[in-house]
Amino acid sequence: MNVLSFVNAFFSDSAHWHGYDGIPHRVLEHIGYSLMALGIAAAIGLPVGLLTGHTGRGGNTLAFIATAARALPSFGLLVLMFVLLGLGLLPVMIPLVVLAIPPILVTTYEAVRSVDPSPVDAARGMGMQESRILLQVELPVALPLILSGLRSAAIQIVSTATIAAYVSLGGLGRYIVDGLYQRDYEKVVGGATLVAVLALATLAVFWAVTRLAVSPGVRRSA
Amino acid sequence: MTHTAKSSRSSTRHPGAAAVALTAAAALLAGCSSSSDNKSDNPLSEDKANGSTVVVGSNNFAESILLADIYGEALKAKGIKVTYKHNIGSRETTYGLIKNGSISVMPEYNGALLAYLDPKATPKTVAETTAAINAELDSKLTLLEPSTAQDKDSVTVNAETAKKYNLTEKSSIADLKDIAKDLVFGGGPEFQTRHQGMVGLKSVYGLEFKSFKALDAGGPLTQAALKKNTVQAADIFTTDPTITKEKFVVLQDPKNLFGFQNVQPLVYKSGLSQEGVDALNAVSAKLDTEALLDLDAQVQLEKKDPLDVAKAWLKSAGLD
Amino acid sequence: MNGFFDIPSDLQHSYLGLIGLHLREALLPVLAGLLLALPLAQLCVRFRWLYPPVLGVTTVLYAIPSLAFFVVLIDYTGQTELTVMIPLAVYSLVVLVPAIVDGVRSVPQETLAAATAMGFGPVRRYVQVQLPIAVPAIIAGLRVATVSSISLVSVGTLIGNQGALGNLLADAMFYHRPVLAVNSVVTTAFLAIVMDALLVLVRVLLTPWMPRGTRKRPKAAGAPEPAAPALEDAVR
Repeated sequence: MNVLSFVNAFFSDSAHWHGYDGIPHRVLEHIGYSLMALGIAAAIGLPVGLLTGHTGRGGNTLAFIATAARALPSFGLLVLMFVLLGLGLLPVMIPLVVLAIPPILVTTYEAVRSVDPSPVDAARGMGMQESRILLQVELPVALPLILSGLRSAAIQIVSTATIAAYVSLGGLGRYIVDGLYQRDYEKVVGGATLVAVLALATLAVFWAVTRLAVSPGVRRSA
Repeated sequence: MTHTAKSSRSSTRHPGAAAVALTAAAALLAGCSSSSDNKSDNPLSEDKANGSTVVVGSNNFAESILLADIYGEALKAKGIKVTYKHNIGSRETTYGLIKNGSISVMPEYNGALLAYLDPKATPKTVAETTAAINAELDSKLTLLEPSTAQDKDSVTVNAETAKKYNLTEKSSIADLKDIAKDLVFGGGPEFQTRHQGMVGLKSVYGLEFKSFKALDAGGPLTQAALKKNTVQAADIFTTDPTITKEKFVVLQDPKNLFGFQNVQPLVYKSGLSQEGVDALNAVSAKLDTEALLDLDAQVQLEKKDPLDVAKAWLKSAGLD
Repeated sequence: MNGFFDIPSDLQHSYLGLIGLHLREALLPVLAGLLLALPLAQLCVRFRWLYPPVLGVTTVLYAIPSLAFFVVLIDYTGQTELTVMIPLAVYSLVVLVPAIVDGVRSVPQETLAAATAMGFGPVRRYVQVQLPIAVPAIIAGLRVATVSSISLVSVGTLIGNQGALGNLLADAMFYHRPVLAVNSVVTTAFLAIVMDALLVLVRVLLTPWMPRGTRKRPKAAGAPEPAAPALEDAVR
């Protein structure tokens, strides 16, 4: 069988381009789930990582939490959350957020820890408040690494969000799960291709964000 | 198992031995596929027409696993060697596997199987259904005697929807004609592309639902979605014990879209001896809808193990 | 029949049997991935131009969801353990190649020069100098690959009960027995943590020259390639 011919057939079928099961709608759903999960994970991981990194305390606890979170199987967690909580967005968000927190948390912590101490000491000597030191000195320097942690989390979320379809939600996983049960390889291959494209697009977005957000001075020295 | 763990560790300890280890691992990987191919109990090795072991398969829902257990244990009672291959997937997958002899026996539902083989067939009796299937079946396959036990796909609405639109057990699928556009329909992903599914609901009853929500084959997702009113109508198997529990309303099917759905063994001819055929026919002779309802409830509500339930029923039917 | 360890008969394995099956399905691919990654990484170190395209291809492969990978393979390898193990080996490879390349590249030039001066040939130098120094990086990659592999085996339940402990998840739904899902998740996580700890132990044993108890891997001279942190935490 020829995977390319499936890809071609999938994308040239006009029925795949409109309606609630059309590609645009499924891609938007997928992006929606991914952004929500990344947003929640970042809202938890970034502040905790920044604070622990700044104070230098709790590194071991953090490593322990990250190891435990990594060990939890995403698919298993999804089914468990469904049998406990029933249908809905929550059973899908929980495994995705658990998946995304370790890379964000650990990289942010490491990024802040690895900031050269001399400018931090200089800032403290100038009488800057701790919060300003964190946000105005450490954060800009640590930003490239922090963004790489977010990127890593985002790629994993985009790929894993396909499991949402197993508990009846939409997104690109719909094509893969439906294709499995309908024995329709065109859908499976088409869905997988879309996920891969979305992952590459995510890489591109992060590349662009890094270019825009990271100060040129930091970029040169890194 | 610990062997694998150990070897993966020791290979890192002596990175110099990578080449040796590479060969070893290749052998290990190859060994694990080829050895299982040679083993007679691997259902996915090639055509095992004359193999002494009968492979009984099941679809991805609880009742199918239970029925496969009943068939398998009935065969074992006759001294036939049996291995099980459970939870394989939808019919779209299992039919291919039984056709190439990877599986020798599958519990099937005659109407659903016919709709898969020939969506346009409209048989009037069980005998006609069997005849129509045997005409379409691959020549290496055959259907044994049907049981009277029936388990149909259905259009079932939840209590809320039934109340809102005044639907009762006497209402028919056709009564949804004007309201379907406001209802979300739920079922397994395969239901969307089947004739005995969304395709037939449209062509036979002219129903166009607001949307289709892909769930599972009459399983917990579908039950949960219907209960929660995420979908207002769904494909629920008529033997499902949750129907009475959740006060779901199964609609009548006057145009017989879902046809006859007798439980009936589908068999890879050269994979089962005459003795085995007789044993399965004896099961079909005893199995009726009432028994099936009871057995399903034992598994899904009382949480008994399907194999125990199967054995107990065979014993009570004098087939053990 | 509703206890934590009451495994439904249709899985045809005891609890311990499922654990053994799970470890085999998860660890054999990591081993295969490692054995493929070692020579591939050496090629990437040797021919620098090879590394970016290899990274590109592996990143795309990594983005393919495991279920899609399984389903497409069914046509070739059937609903077997092998169908689950092949994608897992590919994912392991994807994680391990950058880990090894960065580890080997991080060996300082002086060290290499010293080895050459002692009369080491390129092969001996790779095996006896570069690889041992790269051990922490390789183990870091192995930890990620192993934990990820153990987690992903469970998805195999969707292709005909090939998911070992993951098969408990399907049964949890069929039979309305949430406790089976709890068992699956807890046991899988436990296995992952144990294997992770074992790998840390291996690293400590293999690198006696490093101070014990350090959590961070040493950053030798020469900054690691930018792609390394992206995959370091990659677990799906």
